Amino acid sequence: MKMRAIARGLILALTLSPVMMGTGFAQSGPLRIEVTDGVIEPLPIAVPSFVAENAAAKNLAEEISRVVVSDLVGSGLFREIPREAHIANVTNFDAAVRYADWKAINAQGLVTGAVSVQGKRVIVKFRLFDVFSDKPLGDGLQFAGSTDAWRRMAHKVADAAYSRITGEGPYFDSRVVFVSEAGPKGQRQKRLAVMDYDGANVQYLTDSTSIVLGPRFSPTGDRVLYTSYETGSPRIYALDVASVSRRVLDSQAATLSFSPRFAPDGDTVVFSRSQNGNSDIYTMSVRGGAQKRLTSSPAIDTGPSYSPDGKQIVFESDRSGNQQIYVMSADGGEPKRISFGAGRYGTPVWSPRGDYIAFTKQNKGRFHIGVMRTDGSEERLLTSSFLDEGPTWAPNGRVIMFMRETSGANGTSSLYSVDLTGRNLKRVPTPLGASDPAWSPLQK
Amino acid sequence: MKNYTKLILVALSLTLAACSNSPLSGGFGGNQNGLDGPGVGDGSADDPTSVAYFMQTIGDRVLFDVDQSTLNDAGRTLLSQQATWLNSNPAYMVLVEGHADEQGTRAYNLALGDRRATAARAYLVSQGVDASRLSTVTFGKERPLEICSQEACYSQNRRAVIILSGGINS
Repeated sequence: MKMRAIARGLILALTLSPVMMGTGFAQSGPLRIEVTDGVIEPLPIAVPSFVAENAAAKNLAEEISRVVVSDLVGSGLFREIPREAHIANVTNFDAAVRYADWKAINAQGLVTGAVSVQGKRVIVKFRLFDVFSDKPLGDGLQFAGSTDAWRRMAHKVADAAYSRITGEGPYFDSRVVFVSEAGPKGQRQKRLAVMDYDGANVQYLTDSTSIVLGPRFSPTGDRVLYTSYETGSPRIYALDVASVSRRVLDSQAATLSFSPRFAPDGDTVVFSRSQNGNSDIYTMSVRGGAQKRLTSSPAIDTGPSYSPDGKQIVFESDRSGNQQIYVMSADGGEPKRISFGAGRYGTPVWSPRGDYIAFTKQNKGRFHIGVMRTDGSEERLLTSSFLDEGPTWAPNGRVIMFMRETSGANGTSSLYSVDLTGRNLKRVPTPLGASDPAWSPLQK
Repeated sequence: MKNYTKLILVALSLTLAACSNSPLSGGFGGNQNGLDGPGVGDGSADDPTSVAYFMQTIGDRVLFDVDQSTLNDAGRTLLSQQATWLNSNPAYMVLVEGHADEQGTRAYNLALGDRRATAARAYLVSQGVDASRLSTVTFGKERPLEICSQEACYSQNRRAVIILSGGINS
């Protein structure tokens, strides 16, 4: 597309400039945001209430448009122009857009939509406009589904708008599995829960009779691996999200297993297994069978995570004397240390885009979430607190969620998200305390 | 007789729970478990074969230095006393819990707690306790005994805890 090509030229120019454009977006430029380039000013957008195409759609039309705004504004890249300021009224989805009215209120992007409800089925249409170029950005799209899934359709609309403007992959239509926490600090009750990425639609997957830790989605999002004390000591389990049926994966006596994660093939599981007080990295099929040992050091080797091509594994080890990050072949072999800064590094997670590794860093009594290139270069700390831990990547590799625990006897855990540049740090709402988030892939 | 014992044990458990901040109290699993059974004393601290005696006179907790699983002098001394007692009271089975303070990441602390429990177990074995009586479990940073966020609490949370249970009918 010609406009895209022009936009890319402009982005390249911005990227090469070491100085951020303090004023954000030139009003006459194309509708485009570069996520990794430190956007200073959120892009002003207008999202008039979606048009209800029949009476049954009246409430949903408004709710869907609110979720679209919440997604876009929540990304930190957009600012909503309040509806009170709108000049034009959008009452007909197919009517010509009055660009002058939107320019007059300085809306750079315009999202319009229409919703119709037939029985249990909802159909959502949307269009995105580049106001200052007087033209649509991409074609109109239509999503259809069950009325129960209306929030997903709102996320799909927001994802399409986000992707067209940023050029990044979508991430709003995704879920997060996490550990819901209740009770006092010394006797914390933990249970697995799953929710939409924005905290809506919380569902519990286990009860709180056993400690559960570190859930991780399968590449298709239908299964979760986690660690549970169901038998009295930590063991890894696989849980089917739809049926919540679960089974233990590693039940060998005299060993314990934890820190599981799927390989991109959706079958192989990499995890830590400990015998005689020594933790090493192993793999096995999620269907069971033989285990393959990948590390054999007397060190604590844990926290394994595959590269998205499945060829390498990043993990943490204290073989050098304290926790550091290493990369090895997915078949094992000699690991290469990639973290060399001050302090300790743990919980490495390979970005789904393959370009960065996120980690937890401890230094001088503080915890940080950070990212580095896969060779350890360009280390950048995104957060700092008493206890930040356990980063997980959004499906587009541009946003990170993690847990933050406050100090003291009344300390509690919450989920936070932050973008790759360290901007837009915010709490993700959960009904109770929450820890160990893991982001799902984009839903199909 | 058995019911009578249970009543006493319930009372004892409540006492233990009530002083859970005392350095003499049990670990996460608690020594409330498996207190009845042959070969086990009447539950009073005056009975040198009782769990209460073990906890009050010897102590069930071994503490570790920051990020360490190597036993220090105090730890070895305590474990030696525990081993002597366990060798005199062979009906008890032992679960060694390993714990870490909150200053660490979750999986690492699980592995660290595992190392601590294993180190304590190995020392008991070296002092003559039959290995088949000893098992281990790690709780990482999941079950702190003291909940402040200062070294005074952290030092109590970096621990291995001996949990006793009656062995013959368990």
